[in-house]
Amino acid sequence: MRLFVTLVIGILTMGQFAHPVAAQSQPLRIEITDGVIEPMPFAVPDFVAETPGSNQVARDISRLIAADLNGTGLFREIPAKAHISSITNFGSPVQFADWKAVNAQALITGGVSVSGNQLEVKFRVYDVFAGTELGNGLRFKGTTDGWRRMGHKVADAVYSRITGEGGYFDSRVVYVAETGPKNNRKKRLAVMDYDGANLQYLTDSSSIVLAPRFSPTGDRVLYTSYETGFPQVYVLDVGSVRRKVLSNESGTMSFAPRFSPDGKSVVMSVTEGGNTDLYKMDIGSGKRQRLTSTPSIETAPSYSPDGSKIVFESDRSGTQQIYVMSAGGGEATRISFGKGRYGTPVWSPRGDLIAFTKQNKGRFHIGVMRTDGSEERLLTASFLDEGPTWSPNGRVIMFTRETRGAAGASSLYSVDVSGRNLKPVKTNGGGSDPSWSPLQ
Amino acid sequence: MKLWTKAVLTVAALSLAACTDPGGFGNDDDYGSGADSELGSSADPSSIAYFQEAVGDRVLFVVDQSTLSEQGRLVVLAQANWLMQNTDYVAVIEGHADEQGTREYNLALGARRASAVQELLVSQGVASNRIRTVSYGKERPIEICSEESCYAQNRRAVTVLTANLTG
Repeated sequence: MRLFVTLVIGILTMGQFAHPVAAQSQPLRIEITDGVIEPMPFAVPDFVAETPGSNQVARDISRLIAADLNGTGLFREIPAKAHISSITNFGSPVQFADWKAVNAQALITGGVSVSGNQLEVKFRVYDVFAGTELGNGLRFKGTTDGWRRMGHKVADAVYSRITGEGGYFDSRVVYVAETGPKNNRKKRLAVMDYDGANLQYLTDSSSIVLAPRFSPTGDRVLYTSYETGFPQVYVLDVGSVRRKVLSNESGTMSFAPRFSPDGKSVVMSVTEGGNTDLYKMDIGSGKRQRLTSTPSIETAPSYSPDGSKIVFESDRSGTQQIYVMSAGGGEATRISFGKGRYGTPVWSPRGDLIAFTKQNKGRFHIGVMRTDGSEERLLTASFLDEGPTWSPNGRVIMFTRETRGAAGASSLYSVDVSGRNLKPVKTNGGGSDPSWSPLQ
Repeated sequence: MKLWTKAVLTVAALSLAACTDPGGFGNDDDYGSGADSELGSSADPSSIAYFQEAVGDRVLFVVDQSTLSEQGRLVVLAQANWLMQNTDYVAVIEGHADEQGTREYNLALGARRASAVQELLVSQGVASNRIRTVSYGKERPIEICSEESCYAQNRRAVTVLTANLTG
C-alpha cells in the first residue's frame, strides 16, 4: 500500500518535466504538466514588409522565429508551402479557417519596417482554433544590425505566451572553442548567440583556457587561464574584452570559479600543497574567505539562485559526490547517493533542480536531481558528457560531449530537462565548457 | 660529431640567455615530452637529457589515485639524488590525469599527483623553493587512444627541469 502511494506521487512529480501540448478544447497553451509529447503545430507566414527594401529582413526575422520555436521540440512549424493563404497586411483580420485547414494551432503574424538603420518589428499571436488573439500585439524598435536579437525577442514573447514560462532565445553562450588534435589542442574563449550566430573570440589560443562562467547580468565572464604557466582565475569584461587576474598567489592554483548571484563575489577552488578547497573572493577588495578546510578535493561550486547555499563536489567520502552547504561554509550535507560518481553540480535558475555529471560503469551522463538529492533522472548517456549549464528559464541544459578514441573531439549539445530534444549546438569547430547567459 | 654537439649547446645557451621569463614554461608547445629544447647530451650526467632518459622524469599512477607506487618512489628518489647534485636546476612537477573524469576534478587530482612527487623530493632534502607544482588535469594527454594502455601513460607526474637563471 505504501509502495503504491509512493509510486503515484513519483509519477505525478515526474509529469512536471514531461512534454507539453495544447489540448484542443482549452485555450492555446502548452501545459508543462501535460504528459503528451506531440509538438504544437504553428505557422509563421513571412512578416509583412511595410517599407521598400525591408523584404529580406522581414523574411529573415520570420525564419529566425520559426527556427527558435522549432528548436525547442515543443513546437512544429507548418511549412509555408502547405499554407493556403498568406498575410499581406498586418492590420487585416485573420482568416482563421484557412489556418485551421492546415492544422496550425498557433499563428504568428508580423510587420517589419526599415528607416535608415532603424528597424521596427511588430507581431501578433493567434489561437487559431479559438479564433482569438493571444495577448496583445507588441512592437520592438532597434537597429537593422540587431535584427537577430529582435527576432529572438519576438520568439521569446511567443514562447512565453504559449508555455507560461520565460523564454531563452535572446541569450548568449560563452564557451571554449577547440581546434587541433587531442595531444595538441588549442583552446580559446568564444561567445556567441545561443543559436551559434554572432561568434566572437575573446582570447587567443596561446594559453589553455577553461570553463568560462557568465556573470548574473551577462556583462562579465570568469574563466581559468594558464597565461602565467599556472592555472589562475580571471575576470573578463565582455564588451571591452579587457581581463584581469583575480587570484595570482605564487605556489597556488585557482580554478572552477562561479559568480555569486549578486555578481560581487566569486566562489572557486584554490589548490595549495596538493589540497583543493573552496574559497569565496570579493571581486572589489580581493579579500578571500576560506569556505572548506578538509584534506579532500572540494571543487565545482555553484550558488543557489538566492545566494544562501553552495552546491559543490567533494571526494571526502572516498569518491566524487555532491554536497550542499551554507554560502558561508561550514557543515555540508551529501545529496548524491546513487551508484557511481557525481560531479559538476549546477543549481538551476528556478532553484528547484541541480544538474550534474554522473560517471558510472565507464559511461558519463548529464542528469538532474532535486536540491535534496531526490528524484534523480539521467538525461543523456555517452562516452563522455560533462559540464551542464542551464538555459535562463531552467528548461534546457547545454553541456560538453566528447567522442571516443584518438580522433575524439568535443562539441556542445543541448537537451530538454525532460530528456527529450537532444541535439548538437552549432559552433564553429569544436567546443567545450558552455555557460549560458541570462536573458538579455 | 663533438663539434656539432658543442654548436648545439652554444645555441641552446644563447636561447636560454634570451629567456627572461622563467614563468613561461607552461606555454611550451612541445608539452608532450614535458621538456624544454635545451636538453644537452644524455651522455652528460648533468644534462636534462640524462635526467629524462637515465634518471626518469616521470611516474605513473593508478586510476583516481595519487599515491606513488614502489617503482614510482624509486624514480622520485633518483630524481632527488640528481637534483641534490645538480643544484643549477629548478623543477616544475606537472600532474596529469587521464580523460575519464570531469575537468575540475581532474585538475585537483593532477595537483595531488604533482604534490606527492614534490613532498618526496623535499623530504629527501631538495630545497622546496626549487620545486613548483602545476596540474594540467586532462588537458594535455601524451597518448590519445581511449584505452587503458593510453590512460596509463597519461596518469602521470612529470618533473620538468629548467636551468635556474636567477640563482
